[in-house]
Amino acid sequence: MIRLEHVFITVGIVFAGFAVFSALDRANPKRFGNAAFWGLFALSFLGGSHLGDFANGVLVLCLVALGGFGAVGLGRPQTTSPEERRASAERRGNSLLFPALLIPIIALLGTLTLKDATIAGVKLLDGAQVTLISFTLGTLAALAAAMLWLKPPPATPFQEGRRLADSIGWAAVLPQLLAALGAIFTLAGVGHAVSDVATRFLPLDRPFEAVIAYCLGMALFTIVMGNAFAAFPVMTAAIGLPLIVHKFGGNPAIMGAVGMLAGFCGTLMTPMAANFNIVPAALLELPDRNAVIKAQVPTAIPLLLANIVLMYLLVFRY
Amino acid sequence: MLGSAHGDMLTLLGVVVVVFGFLLRFNPLLVIAAAVFVTGWTGHLTLSQTIAALGHAFNQSRLVSVAFLVLPVIGVLERAGLQERARIAISKIRAATAGRLLLLYLFIRQISIALGLQLNGQAAMVRPLIAPMAEGAAETQTGSISEDSRLLIRSYAAATDNVGAFFGEDIFVAIGSILIIKSILDQAGFPVQPLQLSLWAIPTAILAFLIHGARLLLLDRRLARRKEPQR
Repeated sequence: MIRLEHVFITVGIVFAGFAVFSALDRANPKRFGNAAFWGLFALSFLGGSHLGDFANGVLVLCLVALGGFGAVGLGRPQTTSPEERRASAERRGNSLLFPALLIPIIALLGTLTLKDATIAGVKLLDGAQVTLISFTLGTLAALAAAMLWLKPPPATPFQEGRRLADSIGWAAVLPQLLAALGAIFTLAGVGHAVSDVATRFLPLDRPFEAVIAYCLGMALFTIVMGNAFAAFPVMTAAIGLPLIVHKFGGNPAIMGAVGMLAGFCGTLMTPMAANFNIVPAALLELPDRNAVIKAQVPTAIPLLLANIVLMYLLVFRY
Repeated sequence: MLGSAHGDMLTLLGVVVVVFGFLLRFNPLLVIAAAVFVTGWTGHLTLSQTIAALGHAFNQSRLVSVAFLVLPVIGVLERAGLQERARIAISKIRAATAGRLLLLYLFIRQISIALGLQLNGQAAMVRPLIAPMAEGAAETQTGSISEDSRLLIRSYAAATDNVGAFFGEDIFVAIGSILIIKSILDQAGFPVQPLQLSLWAIPTAILAFLIHGARLLLLDRRLARRKEPQR
């Protein structure tokens, strides 16, 4: 049976390949920094389940030190020139788009059909992880198709992959690190402290005020934590359930659905949601780390206000 | 009582470290590591407990990074001219503008994630296809575009993927956020069906499409205006 652990091993092999070819890259003065960084990240995927918590923590601190103090640079793998790319694009036509589209197609088909699939009575994969496993299969199938068709040198997936990985650089570990910080905040009771502050200092005597406090609280707490999932239990226990539902008789389903989406407006506005906001800026080679957030704020603020109005209009009516 | 309230407030010190660290533009990795140690200290964890908690949580969240699996295949295709091909393909469609193309992508992203298609759109779609297409469409419309406009279009492409994904996903009943809402409300004694929650996510999804969609059409105007002085 294919499990999540197999997905992690695949990711680990990919990053281990980036590490090896980084170490061989004499054109990069920081090549050993890159090799150590991607190598440790690979180790986290290959061995993280067996290392134990403390060793994993030390590994994370090494990643932080390498990334935080500038030991990681831009590798210079051999690649094609812009002219060669244009010529190849003209020659190969729109079929070039096909392997890229194979990823979402296989991810979707797999998600829809493989959940309970069996081969000779054995379950093919862990149904709870069907989305991630299908996505992994999609990337592997697309890679196989591209390699068979384009016939580049065999090391190309690692060389071209590390070109992209280096453009993301240290930001690659930021999403996981932020998720870890969120978990430690929760462990230390930051959520309770925030809800204490909110309920002690905010005027919450009328339904509209409670709705405003809940939605703004979701957005603000999400901005701090980088994750609406972390904000939801805290704000719902502090303001949502006691005030909107119990005191003013609101509908819990509407409150929950719209409240979570108010939190998502916060996600659009925070560098703490690194995988959505910071990694894409790096991936698109934008010099301003916050460029994606800046493009999102003018959507997020009106949408947050719209959610407040929407919740107020619906939650006490249905 | 005073003591415990005081202790509670102290745990917010880690949040303060994060906020100031980001505002002062220190390297985020170092800021977060500092916040981890401060929060561990205010939360009465020993140093080794803090390191273990960090390692445990980092290990548990490896799921987030599985998206990087697309890098090798995207790199191989880019080497063969994928981005250039995406530009050429879009330039053949006369009516295509950066804003209209992104509007179409917003719609497709919202619908497909509402049907359960989850994927890392930023790495798998935006970088290789959507951003170059949007740039290509803008180039076709206005002849050539400045570097500033190019970067602006890219940031809008990434933003559009996020808006589409965030405000479409809750319409799908089996998604993580819906399950979190359900479990919290269930625990509080209000059993709800995922379908109810999905239903009430639809008004916000429509509003997100209208608000962000309007901004995408305004982007076209902004790009056209930027072009004028050069004519």
